[in-house]
Amino acid sequence: MRVLEAGEESVRPKKSPRARAEARLGWMMAGPAFLIMLSVTAYPIAQAVYESLFSYRLTEPDAREFVFLGNYATIFSDSVFWWALGVTVFVTVVTVAVELVLGFALALVMHRALKGLRGTLRTSILVPYGIITVVSAFAWYYMFDINTGYINEWFSWVPGISSDLDWFSNFGTAISVIMASEIWKTTPFIALLLLAGLAQVPDEMVEAAKVDGATWWQQMSRVVIPHMKAAIMVAVLFRALDAFRIFDNVFIMTQGQHGTEVLSMLAYKTSITRLEIGMGSALSVVLFACVLLICAVTVWGFKVDLASGTDHQDAGKEK
Amino acid sequence: MAAPGGNTTKIKVGWAVLFVVTLVYALFPVFSILMTSFKTPGDLASNTLLPASFTWQNYEEIFVGGAQTLFLSALVNSIGITLIATAIAVVLATLCAYAVARFDFPGKKVILASALAVSIFPVISVVTPLFNLWRTIGLYDTWIGLIIPYLSLTLPLSIWTLSAFFRQIPWELEAAAQVDGATQWQAFRKAIVPLAAPGVFTTAILAFFIAWNDFVYGISLTSTEAARPVPAALAFFTGASQFEEPAGAISAAAIVVTVPVVILVVLFQRQIVSGLTQGAVKG
Repeated sequence: MRVLEAGEESVRPKKSPRARAEARLGWMMAGPAFLIMLSVTAYPIAQAVYESLFSYRLTEPDAREFVFLGNYATIFSDSVFWWALGVTVFVTVVTVAVELVLGFALALVMHRALKGLRGTLRTSILVPYGIITVVSAFAWYYMFDINTGYINEWFSWVPGISSDLDWFSNFGTAISVIMASEIWKTTPFIALLLLAGLAQVPDEMVEAAKVDGATWWQQMSRVVIPHMKAAIMVAVLFRALDAFRIFDNVFIMTQGQHGTEVLSMLAYKTSITRLEIGMGSALSVVLFACVLLICAVTVWGFKVDLASGTDHQDAGKEK
Repeated sequence: MAAPGGNTTKIKVGWAVLFVVTLVYALFPVFSILMTSFKTPGDLASNTLLPASFTWQNYEEIFVGGAQTLFLSALVNSIGITLIATAIAVVLATLCAYAVARFDFPGKKVILASALAVSIFPVISVVTPLFNLWRTIGLYDTWIGLIIPYLSLTLPLSIWTLSAFFRQIPWELEAAAQVDGATQWQAFRKAIVPLAAPGVFTTAILAFFIAWNDFVYGISLTSTEAARPVPAALAFFTGASQFEEPAGAISAAAIVVTVPVVILVVLFQRQIVSGLTQGAVKG
């Protein structure tokens, strides 16, 4: 993430009045965007933390009662929460792992494809990226649905698939289709980030490895992938955070039935459907804490240096 | 990395296969729902990919038929809210990124760090408090009530992408033009705007995609046709009768909202790719 150093080359000789005028102008220009971002996120999350300390249903405003950490105690002792957390983690791990492999393959295809084909490839791959998640969810739903779908007919030769298989009536099949739609929609993002990473691997090094008789696999694992480590980790972090917040496709395909209730779905149902604001706020806070935890673990655990970024050439130039 | 090594037929065939596989991967689900949108009600349950006979019936249903009020108002809401949110986000992000790229002032890193933090924020976590607040102050089920949260979705990415673009602009040109006798405004307009415009434009496309895609705010902060956008409306579509599948109408509506995405992607794939990778990798 070069972003953190975005303006470093604009350092000027410091003259106090001028520096102050510059600071004032800078904040006048950057301030509105900054304020809006903060007020739409920091304020609501503070509000959520506060509300989470109350037992409060919107339908019974008079029964509002301060319960301190009571809602959290209920959440952490409820198997519904642990199941939702488990499903969410499962979806995150599986989709990110599959997307990384698939995205790398797509990136390689785009990187090595003939010049004339690259444009077509990139255009087609951007369609899943740009398409509305809800539309993608419906597309996959109608493919598999027992009434409108044709997958059962096409794959009836596969053991376990027959024309009366209802994909959305049990956990294993439902979560598979949900994950498939998520993978389809978001792999292009990873592929494009990895493609940018691939472009930074020095050609000479790959050529040198080839001359030295390295196999394709050795070229990849010893030369290409180590050079792309930073790009890979940034892609994984962003996708993991995104996958952990999965909601739209679950809502469309199963509404969280048959064990497919992910954390976001649980929080949504609690506060918006059942109007249990106190409990829903507590779940929101827990969800937010999970996202922070993933971020912290990736950044510190895997040493993703968000401040130095992946653009080696660029970084080299500036230092 | 131009041509794949060698010219043997085998390699050529291999590349052709990879090319086709990639195209099918990327486009098949879209093709599938497109075909569903052309099916007659009787055809919907035929368990085939292609319709037995093509019909515009589902499109008539959403534009002039029974689902008209639900769909057309949602389409107007989606277009209006998304365009306004995108425009505001791009203007504010341009100012912000310009300040970050050109000035040295305390708190600059805080601004960029908070843009990063806001972008990883779970929407679900803020939707409950916003739902409460909007009901209290009267923004529930209004355009403004969606435009404000959409800004929090689009601003972080816009700020990154634009900062990355602006960092690459040779700002000396502006001073050079002034030396050549241009006024400050002329220098900015003639030398800088043509260089900055592509970045701003690309950012607008990416911001549009994000706002256009929203579902959580759409279903949580609206309750009627007054502000409900298309993705949320799709979840509320029902068939003409209880026993009729709404699949045809939903598919047609889904295709209608996919058309702008496909047009933007086809016209501007190069810009979108560079914007995405600049914003996320370098940015």
